[in-house]
Amino acid sequence: MAETTSFPATRHGGPRGGGLLTALIFLPPALTFFTVFVILPIGEAAWYGFFNWNGLNLLENFVGFENYVQLVGNKVFSRAFVNNLLIIAISLSIQLPLALAMAVLLADRLFGAVGFRMLFFLPYILADVAAGLIWRFMFDGDYGLISQIAQGIGFAPLHLLADRDWAYVAVLTVIVWKYFGFHMMLYVAGLQSIDRHLYEAAAIDGASSWQRFRFITIPGLAPMIRLSVFFSLLGSLQFFDMIVALTGGGPLNTTHTMVSFLYYFGIGRMRVGFGSAVGVVLFILCATVAFSYKRLFMRDD
Amino acid sequence: MTKKALAGAGLVLALAMGPALAEDVTVNLLHVNQTGDPFWKQIAENYNASHPGVKVVVDYLENEAYKAKLPTLLQSDDRPDIIYSWAGGVMKAQIEAGYIEDISAHKADFEQTIYGAPLNAYVVDGKLYGVSIQLSEVLMIYNKDLMAKAGVDAASMQTWDGFLDGVKKIKAAGITPLIMGGGDKWPVHFLWSYLLMRQGGADVLLNAEAKPDGFKAQAFIDAGNRLKELAALEPFQDGWLGTKYLPSQGLFGDGKGAIAIQLNGFIQGQQKNATDGKGIANEQIGLAPFPSLPGGIGKVSDTLGGLQGFLVTKGAPKEAIDFLKFFATAEQQKAAAEAGVYVPAIKGTDAFIKNPLVAEVAQSIANSTWHQNFLDQELGPSVGRVVNDISVAIAAGDMTPEEGAGQVQVAWDQQ
Repeated sequence: MAETTSFPATRHGGPRGGGLLTALIFLPPALTFFTVFVILPIGEAAWYGFFNWNGLNLLENFVGFENYVQLVGNKVFSRAFVNNLLIIAISLSIQLPLALAMAVLLADRLFGAVGFRMLFFLPYILADVAAGLIWRFMFDGDYGLISQIAQGIGFAPLHLLADRDWAYVAVLTVIVWKYFGFHMMLYVAGLQSIDRHLYEAAAIDGASSWQRFRFITIPGLAPMIRLSVFFSLLGSLQFFDMIVALTGGGPLNTTHTMVSFLYYFGIGRMRVGFGSAVGVVLFILCATVAFSYKRLFMRDD
Repeated sequence: MTKKALAGAGLVLALAMGPALAEDVTVNLLHVNQTGDPFWKQIAENYNASHPGVKVVVDYLENEAYKAKLPTLLQSDDRPDIIYSWAGGVMKAQIEAGYIEDISAHKADFEQTIYGAPLNAYVVDGKLYGVSIQLSEVLMIYNKDLMAKAGVDAASMQTWDGFLDGVKKIKAAGITPLIMGGGDKWPVHFLWSYLLMRQGGADVLLNAEAKPDGFKAQAFIDAGNRLKELAALEPFQDGWLGTKYLPSQGLFGDGKGAIAIQLNGFIQGQQKNATDGKGIANEQIGLAPFPSLPGGIGKVSDTLGGLQGFLVTKGAPKEAIDFLKFFATAEQQKAAAEAGVYVPAIKGTDAFIKNPLVAEVAQSIANSTWHQNFLDQELGPSVGRVVNDISVAIAAGDMTPEEGAGQVQVAWDQQ
């Protein structure tokens, strides 16, 4: 009986001497760091968001929710928001299925599989800025490879990054190219942890390869898929570096993401108050997505 | 105000205590002029050699990175002692925030070596806050060969109608009339700026700033309408909205377009960034002022360009000012002037300029009836970038001149 009553008390961090001491010793440092480097900056940004502030002067010009009002009416921000949603859409509809297909093809110890895996993973190792610059050259209308090929087969020079309809398509293409290898690797790791015997048993029972994929591979990979969707969602919302290198948000501000909008329209224009407001919106979005996704889909992982 | 002064005094104290521990006094200078960098490092070395106990360190940072980093840097203890500046609105914000040293006490010294007009760009409320070092001008730079091929005489393009006619003829000859680095946006705002200056004259900005809705005045709408007229002829190269400034120089250097209305630095840039590394030879390049506008009150001799220089930050050692006095002498500026890297704002350097095109630019700035600082600097970072945005949007046919003027006004009111 004594054991059953003491058990829940320990679980709730009850006043058992050892637990309290441990907490007193180990909690303050972590809590201090977390407060100083995470909680305070977030609070500060939220505070700046209520000011019209250029980052240099004293915080004097309190404007209430004016920065947020400006944000709602800002066409470039709306476009940036849609652009973020497009990255999510393209990730879920093309990038992840492609990564899964490649992983299934390359998970077995086939000849050359390891080489291909490395090849597809390489873009992910590359720094975003470097990848952006490389593709900037590739897409160049005068000297770039893609335009040269187009001209070779009789088309006019292609100025993809200068075209307000095509520039963002080009950006999305590079995103898929850059990140599908990362998700493929996650899936390969996941596939290798699925028990081989399940496949053997299924084969003996006469399961078709589709059935094996549908009823063994997919359920076995499910935790990995949920994780990769999670990464993909947050990565999409925070997407920034490559935009700077590839398009700088142009042409005509059609290829911004929310973060690049924050950088160019907040920091670049010395409107730190406005930029902070963007940061707050972004933080709320990311936190909401992260926590609700974890609650809804990753409870058991 | 007292609070600011107190904070300032605290910072001065904190900074003064730092260098006191070291044996040498170190003066840090941060700038964004890539081609000027080796020359400026040399000047620092000359100074260090003749001034024992002082060490001047010159550092270069890329333009955009510098602009983004500077506000944070200024608030830290690590702020450079001397910073690069375009004068205008950004400088005013820095002064207002109390980060820039008032160097009025040395004004008489600087007046002896620096031209009056550019130095005046660094005077705010009667106090001197910096020194101008290099001058630049936006002007019409053309490829003589291509103009001849199209049968257009540059002299005929000195009025707006003549300019539009010329553009049509060049285009009809199958040549791109205007090379434009639209991807960087600011190269496009030169067009809008000049049209505004020619239309509204020297007081156009002061008038706009003084009145509510002043940026919606007729001169601003007219400037937009002229730009729209030009854009309707589709004068720019294919894909100009994506072309960055440096590659645009390369295109001109490769002979892919007849005219660029750009900074004088474009002349050297088109040679460096051409595919063959040579570009268009100096003899094949012609220079002309921006055309006049019918009905405009601005003069053809009014010029648009830069007045870049240096500011001394609060708490910098007195050696920083001493170094600037050394820096702003014809003797130290000789090498850069001879190389034609920029037009120094320093008296007595024009004799050193060998490149005839740079000499022509220097002459034109010297004869200028009004040298307007870049609008995207003059109006401050926020309004300035909106000016860049709307210039591109109007030139791309995405925005009406009225909308453009309205957006500038909104940005002005928001700041």
